[in-house]
Formats: sequence, structure tokens, C-alpha cells
Amino acid sequence: MIAIVDYGCGNLFSLTSSVNALGLDTCVTGDADKIRNADRIILPGVGAFEDAINKLRNSGLADVLIEEAKKGKPILGICLGMQLLFDKSYEYGEHQGLGLIKGEICPFNGDIDKSLKIPHMGWNKLKFVRNSSIFKYITEGDYMYFVHSYYGKNCKESLLAVSEYDVDVPAVVNYENIYGMQFHPEKSGEKGLLLLKAFSEI
Amino acid sequence: MITKRIIPCLDVRNGRVVKGVNFEGIQDVADPVELAHFYNDSGADELVFYDITASHEGRGLFTDVLKKVASEIFIPLTVGGGINTVDDFDRVLKCGADKVSVNSGAINNPDLITQGAKKYGDQCVVLSMDIKRVDGEFHIFKNGGRLDTGIDAIQWAVDGEKRGAGELVVNSIDTDGVKQGFDTELLKEISSRVSIPVIASGGAGKKEDFVELFNADCADAGLAASIFHRKEVSIKELKKYLIANNIEMRI
Repeated sequence: MIAIVDYGCGNLFSLTSSVNALGLDTCVTGDADKIRNADRIILPGVGAFEDAINKLRNSGLADVLIEEAKKGKPILGICLGMQLLFDKSYEYGEHQGLGLIKGEICPFNGDIDKSLKIPHMGWNKLKFVRNSSIFKYITEGDYMYFVHSYYGKNCKESLLAVSEYDVDVPAVVNYENIYGMQFHPEKSGEKGLLLLKAFSEI
Repeated sequence: MITKRIIPCLDVRNGRVVKGVNFEGIQDVADPVELAHFYNDSGADELVFYDITASHEGRGLFTDVLKKVASEIFIPLTVGGGINTVDDFDRVLKCGADKVSVNSGAINNPDLITQGAKKYGDQCVVLSMDIKRVDGEFHIFKNGGRLDTGIDAIQWAVDGEKRGAGELVVNSIDTDGVKQGFDTELLKEISSRVSIPVIASGGAGKKEDFVELFNADCADAGLAASIFHRKEVSIKELKKYLIANNIEMRI
């Protein structure tokens, strides 16, 4: 059973549909016990970092995620969900994250060529940094769908794949049982579904 | 770097995909779910659905279509047509849309753009504009391209970005359905004034039109309907052709 964490941040329709399309057993839940009982956890998220981390903390789910992470349960953060796994974010201020992936979330603004549009939105290809079983069904150069204005920095030790947008944008990160994808696998066509499938087999 | 995008557009009326020429002479062409599958399999980067239904009953059919497509197809979906309030955003997002396209609703109430952007993020709000030349100026038309609002299109685009739109669809009524190429003159005027992605619409007739569009560096995506629906141009072939012309595409 994969628990998709519902904490009031974003629309879970596509993510739920894509996991269902893979024939995987899934539940969308904000219930701590259901999350504890799941084999795997997906942390989605769309919107602002501060609002999302506050919702996770206020609901007590932040602690549940940290406990489950320490037990070795596979956890996948998607888009803002990935960013929440990091130590901190500089999106409108400075906010502590869950601290499961070393690094910070910083604005593109000022780091990339001024002619490039922000958000980094659209299809970009993956460049593998390290090999991983999460990539077993896809190949380097496959395109994924991104929509984000902030990106991970100082997370070298967790980097599995990057996408080039003037800078190397961390696209897939992993530390032990914790995974993060900056793009939306549930919106990245067949290749995205294959990444979710690989996560379900980790 | 991010690729240019190819986006088929599905105008849905009473649960069926239809296509008109110069906004009129609407003809029934296909089942939207079937067509969405076909486009997904042929490499479309995104799908746009416009609900051109007026009736309440038709709107229900559209919602069913949207849910079915969104639960089977995993690429970004933009939905427009009849979006007049933030509640309308909510209605289509709950059915699986990723972005919401506003047109007449934003003309009637420009604050709709800001409200949508504040609630769902800039990336969620697509400002769709129907534009026609009137006495040497570009004017915004509304109600499916039938009514000249007198609004200056270039200024409307600039203001739209300021209000929080995350993307612009520039639909040229002058080139729509004529199949003689995109309106690069209009697209250049707009893209040079905004920093959000511009989706070109209206006028695609052949593969070369997309090369001309992307080489003119005035659009991030090309949107078309009839040439794809009638299989005059296949997306797969089009993408191969664009790659051969050094334009980055996802395949």
C-alpha cells in the first residue's frame, strides 16, 4: 500500500490516477496511522513552501514522516513535496524543512540568465549523475515535465539526476530510503509513470 | 533546456470534439477521450480542452469527459471555456485540469486573473486572447471571437502578465483556420513585451509553419486543432521534422 499524503496542498487527482493506472494499491490520506501502516509514502505538494511546511507541522504529519523515514520506509517527495524534504528553503524568507535531504531550496532568480523564463516550466531532459534502481525503466535523456521557481542547492551527495536550465537543476535526489523528484512524474507521460513504478518496487 | 511544445487543442461541445473555420461552421470530428489517447500516444506535450458548450447539460458532459481524460492521460491538461469565477477554476481543477484558461471571463473581470493566480499560483492561470487586426491595430475580441472589445491586445497581454497570468495563448483570428502559417507579426509584438511563455495559435497548416514559428523565436509552443484532428500533420512526424531543423523536442 502506498500512502499519498493529503495535507491540503494541491490537487491529488492526477497523482492518484497515475498510481491507480499502474495497478498499485494506494490510499490518499492525512491519517497518521494509515501513513504508518503503508509500505511506502508519497509526499506531493503544489504551492508555497511556508504554507505547506506549516500544514505538515500543525497536523503532526511532519513528525510522522520523520519517524517513518528513520525506520527506513521509502518516501518519495514530488515537486514542492521534494523541496519539503530539504533542510531549509529561502522561498519568501527562511524556513526549516523536514531535514531528510541535505541542502537548501533557493530561487532561480539571480542564478540563471535573465533571458530565461521563471518558472522553469515545460519538458526538460534528465542527465544521470549516479545510477540507481529508480532509473531501471527509463534511460538518460528522457524528458520530464517541470513547473517550479525554486530549486535545490548544496545537495551534491544526494544527486541522482539533473536537468540543465543554465544551472544544473536537481531533478532526482536520493539519500538512503528518501527520494525526491522536482518534476511531476504523474504529468510526464509514460516515462514518468515508469519512475513511479520503479519507486513502488524499491 | 526546455523544449518547444506541440499542443493539440480540443474544442468540446456537448461531449464531442468539434472544429470550426474562422470560429464558424462548426463540424463534429471525434470522441474527445479517444482523440486524447491518440494524441498522448503520438507525443503531444500537453492537451488543451475548450468547453464551448452553453447549456448546463453539456457542461456536465464536459466534466465527465475531462475526468475520464485526466484519469487516463498523464501529460499536462489545460481547460478553458466558461471560466468566469474562482469557483469555475475549482470545478475544472477538481476534474483533473492542471491549468485553467481564462478569456472572456477575464475581459469582463480582469481581477479574475489575479484571484486565480493568488489561489492556485501563476503557473495555473493561462490568459487566452482572441486577437484581430482592426484599422491597423490589434484588438481583443470576446465571446468566441464575435465581439470587438476595442481593447489593445498588446497592452492586454502586458497587463495580463502583471495581473498574474503564467502563460499566454495568442490566437490570431486573422490566421485561424486559414492554414497559411502562424501570425508571427502579432506573436513577435507580444512576446517581445512579456516574459511569460507564449503559445501560438491559429494558422498552422503544414510542418513548415511550425519551423517558421520557432525559428522566429516568438513562441514557446504551437497549438493547433484541425490539422491534427484530420491527420493532415502527425505530431510524431512533425516532431521528427522539427528536430531535423535543430529545434529541441521531446520524443
